[in-house]
Amino acid sequence: MSNIVAVSGVVIKELYRRKDFYVLFVLTVIICLIMGSVNFFNDDKIVRYLKEICLLCIWICSLVIAITTTARQIPSERENRTLFPLLAKPLTRTQLLLGKFLGCWLACGLALVCFYTFFGALAATREHHWPLVSYLQAAMLHWVMLGVVIAFALFGSLVFSAPSANTTICFVVVTFILVLARHLNKIALHLPEPRRSVVYGLYYVIPHLELFDVRDLIIHNWPPIAWNVCGVAALYGLAYAAAFLISACLVFRRKAIN
Amino acid sequence: MDTHKLPKQKTDRNANAGIPGLEGPVPPPSFAYPQAGPSPQAALDPVLETRNLCVTYRGRGTRQPDRQAVKALTLAVGRGEVFGFLGPNGAGKTTTMNVLLGFINASSGSASLFGTDVREPIARQRIGYLPELTYYYKFLSAEELLRFYARIFKVPKAERDRRIDGVLKLVDLEPSRKRQIKTYSKGMQQRVGLAQALINDPELLILDEPTSGLDPVGRMRVREVIQRLKNEGKTVFFSSHELGEVETVCDRVAILHQGELKVEGRVSELARQHQCSLEQLFLKVIGYAAQPLN
Repeated sequence: MSNIVAVSGVVIKELYRRKDFYVLFVLTVIICLIMGSVNFFNDDKIVRYLKEICLLCIWICSLVIAITTTARQIPSERENRTLFPLLAKPLTRTQLLLGKFLGCWLACGLALVCFYTFFGALAATREHHWPLVSYLQAAMLHWVMLGVVIAFALFGSLVFSAPSANTTICFVVVTFILVLARHLNKIALHLPEPRRSVVYGLYYVIPHLELFDVRDLIIHNWPPIAWNVCGVAALYGLAYAAAFLISACLVFRRKAIN
Repeated sequence: MDTHKLPKQKTDRNANAGIPGLEGPVPPPSFAYPQAGPSPQAALDPVLETRNLCVTYRGRGTRQPDRQAVKALTLAVGRGEVFGFLGPNGAGKTTTMNVLLGFINASSGSASLFGTDVREPIARQRIGYLPELTYYYKFLSAEELLRFYARIFKVPKAERDRRIDGVLKLVDLEPSRKRQIKTYSKGMQQRVGLAQALINDPELLILDEPTSGLDPVGRMRVREVIQRLKNEGKTVFFSSHELGEVETVCDRVAILHQGELKVEGRVSELARQHQCSLEQLFLKVIGYAAQPLN
């Protein structure tokens, strides 16, 4: 375990020493502050739009951070040849992958804390009310969803040789799942066989990331979700993350490094 | 005494002209080099051993056939020896090191470090490895990098700082230990590499062209470090193209050509047997034919 933690520490250091996170955070802050300073149509409920835009920015930024950080981990280790002295030490490839996963996941968690704190502060200035449990649930489910995305990107980084190809594929797949996955079963109903079975199969196989999107809870000030439902959703996400990680370990163990 | 035959080649009467001690034709196909063989120490207590090691890189279809990078390599390096692993580019040196470090699997044969199969991660607990031309994590400082590697070796916390101080002093990076590696010169990066290879106080050091890209001062420093490790009784296995340097620091050498072991023995014995320097022997072994200058 100490090897995994050591590798993850380096990944976290990389995130806070690179400029990516700061750029995205500052961009989100600027967009939200500009939107917050404008009063459209003298609408009292304008704060909802502000919250929606701010949360959308947070979701986009977190996905950008998670995918770009993860996708470059193994390829850059190979390109810079840092993988060689690392694997020449008593560190297994599985430990390296798990360390990378943990590092990226924790780094994204830290980024989410910054984003949600800013969001909470911004929303509180307008609403003078802070539904802490809803924020906590939204952030937690968001983080679990990023775990699935990170594991998928890590797996992709071992399958696709170019990090750019992996990044693009990850973005396309994640966007597809977030936007369309929930409608796949309805689409399948209108299709003839065997396409119907294929689309149904896809519907049941892919991780439904949209389940982790509970932004509406915060935007509309709905009551929090039951914690056991949150727990089941977290387990569902972690199961998918584990499946991707196991696949990545199997691929990496067979890969010749030279 | 083992003998290894040279690959078939054209006999050229003018080959080696101008190379003292090597005037005359390059060896005919049937020429076989007498071997000084492994040292008794290596035979008794090998720290590093390969037996009939073969590595074949798989080709892609008919256009790119399979390529045998290492052919039945049998080597043994004893405790406390400084062993030079020589050969021209593409001879199979790095491939052999990659097998020893567990980066690639052997197609057949076996390799072990301290009697443990190289595929076991624990075999790498007591080794230090310096790869050729590596760029370390640019966003870390030398101190942070060494702390990270020391943690992987499970060096106790109390011991960690003392080791880091020691190796940084040894490679003369003490004044810039807090600076990020991205600000280092090439020579400094190579010295960071040497420091990370020494952080676990290894019993065996595997160095892949450690002086590659270094200026004369840097080379001298690496040579001093190797000499110092030798005096401390450490085993050093290193590949290099700097034959003068190899001659100076190595106890034994092996010359690899096209994946085959051609010559192995003590530097002094090989020089005596062949009545030539290591460089001349190297050129002879690889069948180098000097081109006449017009």
